[in-house]
Amino acid sequence: MAVIDPPPSAAPSVLRPRRLLWRLLWPARNGAGARRAARVPWIPIGIMSAIVVMALFAPLLAPYSPIDQTLRDKLLPPAWMMGGSDKYLLGTDAFGRDILSRLIYGARVSLLVALLALTAGGGIGLAVGIVAGYLGGAVDSLLMRLVDAAFTFPAILFALLLAVTMGQGLGTLVIAITLLLWASFARVIRGEVLSLRQRDFVALARVRGCSAPRIMLTHILPNVLNTFMVLVTLNIGVVIIAEATLSFLGAGIPPPTPTWGLMISEGRGRIADAWWVALIPGIAITLMVLSVNLFGDWLRDRLDPRLRQL
Amino acid sequence: MIGETVLEVRDLHTHFFLRRGVVKAVDGVSFSLRRGEVLGLVGESGCGKSLTALSLMRLLPKGGARTIKGEVLLDGENILERTPAEMREIRGRRISMVLQDPQTSLNPVFSIGDQLREAIERRQRGTRAEVMKEAVAALRRVEIAAPEQRIGQYPHQMSGGMKQRVVGAIAISGEPAVLIADEPTTALDVTIQLQYLKLLKRLQAETGMAILFITHDFGVVGRMCDRVAVMYAGRIVECGPVRQIFEAPQHPYTRALIASVPKMSGPIGRLTTIEGQPPSLMDLPVGCRFASRCALVEQRCLDAYPGTVRVGEEHTADCWKVVPR
Repeated sequence: MAVIDPPPSAAPSVLRPRRLLWRLLWPARNGAGARRAARVPWIPIGIMSAIVVMALFAPLLAPYSPIDQTLRDKLLPPAWMMGGSDKYLLGTDAFGRDILSRLIYGARVSLLVALLALTAGGGIGLAVGIVAGYLGGAVDSLLMRLVDAAFTFPAILFALLLAVTMGQGLGTLVIAITLLLWASFARVIRGEVLSLRQRDFVALARVRGCSAPRIMLTHILPNVLNTFMVLVTLNIGVVIIAEATLSFLGAGIPPPTPTWGLMISEGRGRIADAWWVALIPGIAITLMVLSVNLFGDWLRDRLDPRLRQL
Repeated sequence: MIGETVLEVRDLHTHFFLRRGVVKAVDGVSFSLRRGEVLGLVGESGCGKSLTALSLMRLLPKGGARTIKGEVLLDGENILERTPAEMREIRGRRISMVLQDPQTSLNPVFSIGDQLREAIERRQRGTRAEVMKEAVAALRRVEIAAPEQRIGQYPHQMSGGMKQRVVGAIAISGEPAVLIADEPTTALDVTIQLQYLKLLKRLQAETGMAILFITHDFGVVGRMCDRVAVMYAGRIVECGPVRQIFEAPQHPYTRALIASVPKMSGPIGRLTTIEGQPPSLMDLPVGCRFASRCALVEQRCLDAYPGTVRVGEEHTADCWKVVPR
């Protein structure tokens, strides 16, 4: 009989008092998990879900129209502050528009742009990176020169050019951000694939008679998904900020449609006397990006079989 | 046990074409392999053992390696002339391979069951349950304890020896006629090595496949092989039955190699070493490639390559000084 190894068992977890507070903030799934991978990040998931729900059901949730102006009520502070009104929970902006309503509608644009641009840019980058890294040679050289070219191109200039030729709008914005994103995805993924390609399991897949497309799809792709997930989460912030920048420059979604970035831009000039106009969408962006990053972190741990116990 | 020839390699040349010049890593290799036989391919690092194996699989490393001459006859059919698509059908089913390092031989993100399934599904279609049953049987064949539990585990949950056995199970799942084992035990510790070699022997007895066993370990050769081919600087310099090679090595290089293996009996002295370096594969001498390190070197050794001399029953050596028979 062969050597009998006992199946690996989970090490007994030691719960230190120092961790208690952390555990309260960050509840474990089964109460026993001191391991990070087992700890489901409920708070980030909650925040993300809340923002997604906000975006999906904006017309039902928003107390006011996000674009109707009530100049009489302009620049009211949030309700809990001196001079705030119960009518406007988070205050109003310079045109007397309800910030809460704009925030709720703004989530739609930000999430939609992030979703579309990351799907397109990330997808293109992933495909280019895998093909270039795996095939190597002339294909690799060609694709990587394209990536270099994409990096040298000033993204904002290109977006302005697109806005001029195609007109402002969601499509222009998504195309511009996609062009900004794909190259950095491609470069990182290619690097991963270069090292994966050297591993023996790829050689043995070829020994078994797997074709190049099959190896790329079934052996390389699953191994770069962790990296891809991390890139996606890191780039959600980049996309939201790119959307804000482009909207501010007039190459994005035209006003008065609310977007978080545009709201910050609009409040920028009045940061001294009406800080809430810029700060509230700023907090929303921060919470969103932080939640997505924490969630992505957890997801990466979950997806990594080395950290997964059966 | 040992039957007809399944693999015959004739005058194989695989060179690296680099900017700096041509590296003649495999430069005229010929040998044959019969059903149920284990042929050891031994030699020092960089003599072209692994590249010979990769040439047989037609999986040359990227970066200028090309097989420019020779024939690889698998059941009489020259596989060097097959198209890449036909080659994919041949690999895994008629000729397969295990590599040195079990740590990187398995895909870390799939359970071993999934990896076995991929190999099994190439051979036979079936429902998931059927294929899984097949996979459990394959694991049992390579002596994995509790295969039903192991099937759902990931490579990192197994020891090196177990992983190498799983790699073996995947390699033979297509029931190949020829298995190339490229130093399969080098990364394993000694007790596990022995276990793995016994397993390979048993699997060979069951399936009748031919094994090309690449190693630099003469101890393993003695245990595993029926015949040995000794490779030096891109050529096979001596080839013969394992007993004859050990008891009456003919080529000075083989003699020097065997002399440098520590012995378990007899007085303990300093180990013999082979002075000097093998010739550069980019700038090979016209004469015998071992001449620069050979104690018996003569003028004719430097002037021309000796050619293959028959020195016994199935025993050949490339040397001017051997006595032909």
